[in-house]
Amino acid sequence: MRRRDIIVGAGALIGHEASAATMPWLSPDLPDGTRAEAHLVQTPGKQPLIQLSDRPPNLETPIQAFRTAITPNDQFFVRYHLAGIPDEKSLDTWNLEVGGDAAERTVKLTAQQLNDLPQTEITAVCQCSGNGRGLVQPHVPGVQWGRGGMGCATWHGPRLRDVLGRAGVKSEAVEVWVEGADLPAMPGTPEFRKSLPLSRALAAETIVATTMNGGPLPLLNGFPARLVVPGWTATYWMKHLTRITISAKPLDSFWMKKAYRVPAGLFPVAQGFATQDDASTWPITDIVVNSLIATPIHGEQVERSGFTVRGIAWDNGSGIQRVDVSLDGGKSWLSALLDRELSLYSFRTWRLESGPLPRGTAELRVRATSNSKRTQPEVWPANPAGYHNNVPQRLTVKVA
Amino acid sequence: MDHRILGSLLLMASLAAPTAMAQRVPLAQAPGKDMVEAACSSCHSLSYIPMNSRFLSPEVWKAEVTKMRTVFGAPIDDDAANTIIGYLVSQYGAPKKP
Repeated sequence: MRRRDIIVGAGALIGHEASAATMPWLSPDLPDGTRAEAHLVQTPGKQPLIQLSDRPPNLETPIQAFRTAITPNDQFFVRYHLAGIPDEKSLDTWNLEVGGDAAERTVKLTAQQLNDLPQTEITAVCQCSGNGRGLVQPHVPGVQWGRGGMGCATWHGPRLRDVLGRAGVKSEAVEVWVEGADLPAMPGTPEFRKSLPLSRALAAETIVATTMNGGPLPLLNGFPARLVVPGWTATYWMKHLTRITISAKPLDSFWMKKAYRVPAGLFPVAQGFATQDDASTWPITDIVVNSLIATPIHGEQVERSGFTVRGIAWDNGSGIQRVDVSLDGGKSWLSALLDRELSLYSFRTWRLESGPLPRGTAELRVRATSNSKRTQPEVWPANPAGYHNNVPQRLTVKVA
Repeated sequence: MDHRILGSLLLMASLAAPTAMAQRVPLAQAPGKDMVEAACSSCHSLSYIPMNSRFLSPEVWKAEVTKMRTVFGAPIDDDAANTIIGYLVSQYGAPKKP
């Protein structure tokens, strides 16, 4: 029975729920229905997160967690497409199969064998493609994420290329396909399968993570191993990895060909994913430059003698060049002080001293510019699925 | 294998507990509610419905239901689909323009 309890949810709650009324900092730009539906929920191994759905679990990180460059494991967001999520018991016999038509051989690797490969680590942002979808206007259907469908962690494990090397990569390989242990509730639902271009799969920073921030991966974040693809959105970061296929063909799956696509050329990419492009759409790949104010939060009262604004900025790995903050609704902008980055792929923290402000309300905004000279746009580059919302955040505080 | 069984268990659990689901996510009382709860909660929690309200046009709600049938394999026939779409549009669709 215990197994079923766990599977049927993240919904098998161990903590209290609080209504959205107790989260006054939720963005007023979210749909009314989302604001009424979202609850703070505590699931096993996690602090209270904003639950958008419980089956499958979609749990958002509260904005207060982004005051630091590293997002703690127990506050890291959770995103699943399909309700058949594995429990720890079912993963007791876990191993990772690596093979395919463009592999020399098929091997099955245990967790111990993964640990015996050369290990590396990288600090990188894992961000849902649809992070911020709930804030776009007009609203589009989907999970209505605020800004917390993301996190930054230090990921540790073998490089994917060393894992692939155990099976041997033939010269005709073009893509590496990945699948995990999560499965549909309905037989007719397409399993969640994704692929990477061979060049990305062989890149030094692409790893099979077995630990996160020095601890085991939380179950809901992909225990016992997940793919880490720094610079690309989380749709490629397959959780509970069970099979890797080295293939001479592009993957033909719903999740590559129909979902997670953006209008061709609408967003900047460093290398792209040519084997999955078609005439009008590309697969979503590179994270776009973005930033966030983590303190103060929306609706908070601040001192008129001055206060510290803190937050984070990130992009696809070119790195953050500058962060500008407005305290007057965008009329004037001040340059924030950047802390040293943990890595080019990480959240980069910054701060700004406000100086004295007049009593009343103040609208704060933030805007980051990357080393690749990209700046957050004033108007969201609209796309049907609501991806890549990086319009500068706005929030209002009470100056008292 | 084992996960297939888990998937079936999950399906059974969800079908066996529509009342519990309904309590967790109270949908609006209107004709079609029972059908919506039974059909939609087989695969996902009902919270997806209020979460996506009220801003979707009738065309988009219809497209969502069609996607569930044709892409995700939901066993919903035409009559049931029409009932479900009617409910979603009237209870969770964008308010009609005056």
